[in-house]
Amino acid sequence: MEGIIGYGAYIPRNRIKVEEIAKVWGADAPSYKRGLMLEEKSVPSPDQDTITMSVEASKRALKRSLINPADIGAVYIGSESHPYAVKPSGTVLAEAIGATPEVHTADFEFACKAGTEGMFVALSLVKAGEVKYGLAVGADTSQGAPGDALEYSAAAGAAAFIFGRDNIIAKALETYSYTTDTPDFWRREYQYYPQHGGRFTGDPAYFKHIVGAGKGIMEKAGMKPSDFNYVIFHQPNGKFPFRVGKMLGFEREQIEPGWLVNKLGNTYSASSPLGLTASLDISEPGDKILIVSYGSGAGSDAFIFEVTERIEKVRDLAPKTRELLEKNKNYLEYGEYAKFRKKIKKAV
Amino acid sequence: MRDVAVIGVGMTKWGELWEKSFRDIFVESALLALDDAGVDRIDSMYVGSMSSGLFVGQEHIASLLADYLGQAPIPSTRVETACASGGLALRLGFMEVASGMSDVVLVGGIEKMTDVSGDEATYALGSAADQEYEGYHGITFPGLYALIARAHMEKYGTTREQLALVAVKNHKNGAKNPLAQFPFEITVDSVLNSVMIADPLRLLDCSPITDGAAAAVIVPVEVAKKMKKPVIKILGTGHATDTIALSSRKDITWLESTYQAAKQAYDMADKKPEDINFIEVHDCFTIAEICVLEALGIVEKGKGGEAYEDELTFLEGKIPVNTSGGLKAKGHPVGATGVAQVIEIVKQLRGEAGKRQIKDPRIGMAQNMGGSGGSSVVHIFERE
Repeated sequence: MEGIIGYGAYIPRNRIKVEEIAKVWGADAPSYKRGLMLEEKSVPSPDQDTITMSVEASKRALKRSLINPADIGAVYIGSESHPYAVKPSGTVLAEAIGATPEVHTADFEFACKAGTEGMFVALSLVKAGEVKYGLAVGADTSQGAPGDALEYSAAAGAAAFIFGRDNIIAKALETYSYTTDTPDFWRREYQYYPQHGGRFTGDPAYFKHIVGAGKGIMEKAGMKPSDFNYVIFHQPNGKFPFRVGKMLGFEREQIEPGWLVNKLGNTYSASSPLGLTASLDISEPGDKILIVSYGSGAGSDAFIFEVTERIEKVRDLAPKTRELLEKNKNYLEYGEYAKFRKKIKKAV
Repeated sequence: MRDVAVIGVGMTKWGELWEKSFRDIFVESALLALDDAGVDRIDSMYVGSMSSGLFVGQEHIASLLADYLGQAPIPSTRVETACASGGLALRLGFMEVASGMSDVVLVGGIEKMTDVSGDEATYALGSAADQEYEGYHGITFPGLYALIARAHMEKYGTTREQLALVAVKNHKNGAKNPLAQFPFEITVDSVLNSVMIADPLRLLDCSPITDGAAAAVIVPVEVAKKMKKPVIKILGTGHATDTIALSSRKDITWLESTYQAAKQAYDMADKKPEDINFIEVHDCFTIAEICVLEALGIVEKGKGGEAYEDELTFLEGKIPVNTSGGLKAKGHPVGATGVAQVIEIVKQLRGEAGKRQIKDPRIGMAQNMGGSGGSSVVHIFERE
């Protein structure tokens, strides 16, 4: 059986509150908080990017996996904010953790589901026996245009998973993908901020694909919503995961443990993967977890995991996701935030 | 002039119709209208559309839609007077049939508004305001109607709650209309706590942007009788204009174009406000419905707000207004709205309005308005 042998999370310590952003744009903060169930979001420091956060999260995953990084045969980063347009992110990560040179590396990009794409491929290579261990990271320093609704949610974070066959902490019972060509969100080459189709990002996009993947994987596995202890859906805002959960027949209690978005924002490629790390942090042996990502453009990857007894041995070897979210926070004013996110630049 | 009757109406469900194209939406409704009328050819057609160019990048739509309806080479004319385009299409069709020039005319309206972003839709709608004297200063329609609302409140003591009741009533009716975009009820509290758009108007005071079409077939009354169709006669028609810039008016709480159009329609029909059993009006914003009722002479000037506390205009009231759910709940695909009003009148007069059917109505009126009142079209209908 193949599955997750190590996992790690990284969340930058900077935060900005919805009120602080709304104040600048003359927007109605209570309606964002109520309507989108958002309170604050993480912000990367000026020297942080998708690569640095991927390294942090991967180091933590290595700590929990207790393996020799040189044995990792595949290193994948999924992100829509790779620092370079040409030049891989994955090579820096592979070098930094000591996985080079005998390693296959690739960068994935598929809006918010690039992280689970990497997971899907890394797990598949392990299943095929092509590599001993595969590392997949979902990481983003996502950007929302100033004043756009996205600015209230676009956040930063990373989640890393190492897949293998021995010493598994969560068995991968099933996988499923659901993809169509649905242009709900995009960014062209040389554009700094993404554009989106407003309400079109809802029903024909997020809901259609998550419901499609959620139903598909449960049917494939012969399972029903009540079989799961935890379920994680992509979290573009606070409201959508609960609504799609209700559509699929899940209870609030199954969603809440992995629901981080109200205090974290939407970490794009790291969004549902971070929800998975938070759920693993508190899970018991035998627990079953469903994760369904969503990436605009559009598609969903779904995985079913079953937690093993090994979780109890390794979970305390690295920081837990809720602790990263709740402790050691540094609140920014909009001016600092604008500088950190390079919305304003110093004259040279 | 010959007497003219509506013998067929057609409309499909309104909303965010992302799976359908502009032409599909129109043709679906038009085919339903032809089917309802029991005709397979028409002599001519008129299509109301405010801004197909800005909303879907398509002009020359009269020919396009006649072609896709399978009716080319008949003459087909696009009509535009902002949000009153649909009402004006009916008036022009009426004139063509009444004059004896044509016997069977299709009048339709269409707007596909949700293929563009909210900003682009706001810009397109804003082009119905005076661009040089209003648009360039940054004001859009919610702002213009907010000015009207504030002035009405100051001048006549109209309250925030009275405005909310307009939306509550229209959603109550719309909940009974399966074709409505928002077929559910709302409360005064939900209106008062919805997002502020332009003080004092909140989100639930505003009609939505919508994809939708509507169509009707009109013929001479004598032809309708020969076809053994229920005769819904167009008794009166009126059309009037006003300054399109709000700032140019003597009194911004008074809709002179609606008053003038109604006067023409009443005179032609030989009816008075008290003869009317029910009305479809242009409630693009809650305050608009109040001002329209005053201009139509249904209530005294300044008393529009009070009428809502007495539920005069509710489904069970003395004079039901917007039994369809109005623009607020049914949706507002601007060019189609005026024709959809006619459809509701016809359904009520035929006794086909389902759960929202009022008891045995005989005379109905439709009021369709462009911009902040720069144009108005009023029609009066009677069941024979």
